[in-house]
Amino acid sequence: MKKLIIGLYALITIALMVWGFYQAIYVAPVDALQGEYYRIIFYHVPSFSAAFTFFSVSFLGSIGFLSFRRSRPEWAQIADAWALAGAEVGVVFCTVGLITGPIWARRAWNMWWTWDARLTTTLVLWLIYVSYLLLRRFVAGPQMQTLAAVLGIFGALDVPIVYMANRWWRTQHPAPVFGGDSSSGMAPAMVHVLLWNMLAWFMWGVLILILRYQVERKQQKFAAQEVQEALNA
Amino acid sequence: MTSALWTHLVKDLRIEWRSREAINSMLFFALLVVVLFSLAFDPRGAFSQQIAGGVLSVATMFASVSALNQAWAREIRHQVLDAQRMAPTQGSQMFLAKVLANFLFVSIVQLLLAPAFLVFYNLHIQGNAWLLLLVLPLGTWALVANGTFFAALSIRSRNREMLLPLILFPIFMPALLAMVLATGSILTGDGDPGLWIKLLAGYDTIFTTVSLLLFDVVLNAE
Repeated sequence: MKKLIIGLYALITIALMVWGFYQAIYVAPVDALQGEYYRIIFYHVPSFSAAFTFFSVSFLGSIGFLSFRRSRPEWAQIADAWALAGAEVGVVFCTVGLITGPIWARRAWNMWWTWDARLTTTLVLWLIYVSYLLLRRFVAGPQMQTLAAVLGIFGALDVPIVYMANRWWRTQHPAPVFGGDSSSGMAPAMVHVLLWNMLAWFMWGVLILILRYQVERKQQKFAAQEVQEALNA
Repeated sequence: MTSALWTHLVKDLRIEWRSREAINSMLFFALLVVVLFSLAFDPRGAFSQQIAGGVLSVATMFASVSALNQAWAREIRHQVLDAQRMAPTQGSQMFLAKVLANFLFVSIVQLLLAPAFLVFYNLHIQGNAWLLLLVLPLGTWALVANGTFFAALSIRSRNREMLLPLILFPIFMPALLAMVLATGSILTGDGDPGLWIKLLAGYDTIFTTVSLLLFDVVLNAE
C-alpha cells in the first residue's frame, strides 16, 4: 500500500515536471528585457524555495531529536532521520540554486558572482549544512546524532545573523549590479509557469526527502538489530 | 563566581603558566600568518590600512584553532573528561572556565602581536583607537566561546583536529565579517563601526547563551 502510494505520487510528480518543462520552455512569453535566458528562473527559484523548506525540516528534526532523546527514543530516531534527510536534500537543492544563479548572472549582470547580501547568505547557509553533513560522517557511534542535532540548531540560529550582517554590509556599499528591482513584478503568464514549476520541483524534492528518510530509518533499524545480535551472541 | 568555575579556571591558567604551550604556539602561528599575508598581498600605503583589520582577524582565527583543540585534547588523556562528567557540578561551569582562560590567552596574543602588526603594516589609526578595545574583545569572545564549544563537540570525532575548523568557520562568519569591517573602519577612519559592534554584541549574547544551555548535552552525548 505504502509503495503504491509513493509510486502514484512519483508518477504525478514526473508528469508535473514534464508539464512544467513544457510551460517553461515553450509557453512562457519571451521577457522584454532579458530575452530567452530569463527562463532559468523557473528552475532557480523553485530550487531555493524547496531548499529552504528542507533546511527547516532539518532544524525541526534537530530540535525534535534533542527533546525526545531521553523520553521517547523511537520518536527521537524518527526526528533524527528527518534532520538528516532534510539537510542532505536541502544541500542538493541549494547546490542547484547556487549553480543556476551564476549561469543566469553571467548574461544578466555580465559577471558570474557578486558578494551581495542574498548571495553571500545563501553561500554561507550552504557551507553550514555541508559542515553539518561532514560532522555526521566524521563522528562515529551513537553520540553522533546528539552532536549533529546541536550543530543543526547552531547553524539555523546563524542564518538570520548572517543575513542581517550582509544586509547592513551591502546597504552601506550598494552593489552596482542591480539595475532593476527584482520585486517589481512579473507578467501573469510567467507567474503561472513559475508556480507550476515550483509545485513540480517541490513535489520532486519531497519525494526524494521521503525516500531518503526511509533509507535512513532502515539503516537505523539495521544498526539497532546488529547491536542486539552482538549482545545476544 | 562559583567555586567549580574558579577551580577549573585556576587549573587551566596554572597549566598554561607552567607550559606556556598555547600562547607561544598561537603567537608564533599568528606572526607567521601576518608575514605570509604581507608576502601574498604586498601591503603598502592606503591598501595596508584597508586590509589590516582582516589580516588581524583571520590570523587570530587560524591561530586559536590549534590552542582550542589542545584545550580539550588535554582532558581526554587519562580519562580526565570522564571523571569530570561524573563530578557533581554543571558542565557549563567547566565550559565557561575554559572560555575565560582561552579568551585571556588569545587576548594576550593579540596584545603582543599588536606592535609587530603596527610596524609591518605601517599603521596609523585614523578613527577612534579606543574603540578597538571594544571590538577586539567582542570578536575574540565570539571566536573563543564558539570555538571552545565546537572543540568539545569535535573532540568526539575520529579525526579530532580536522573537524573543528570545518564546523567553526561557517558559524563564525558573521562575527568575522563584523570584526573585519569594524576594525577596518576604525583604522581607515571612514564609516561608523557602531553597527558592527552591536552585531558582535548580539552574536556574543546569542551564541554564549545557547552554548551554555547546550554544553551539558554535548558533554554527556552518548
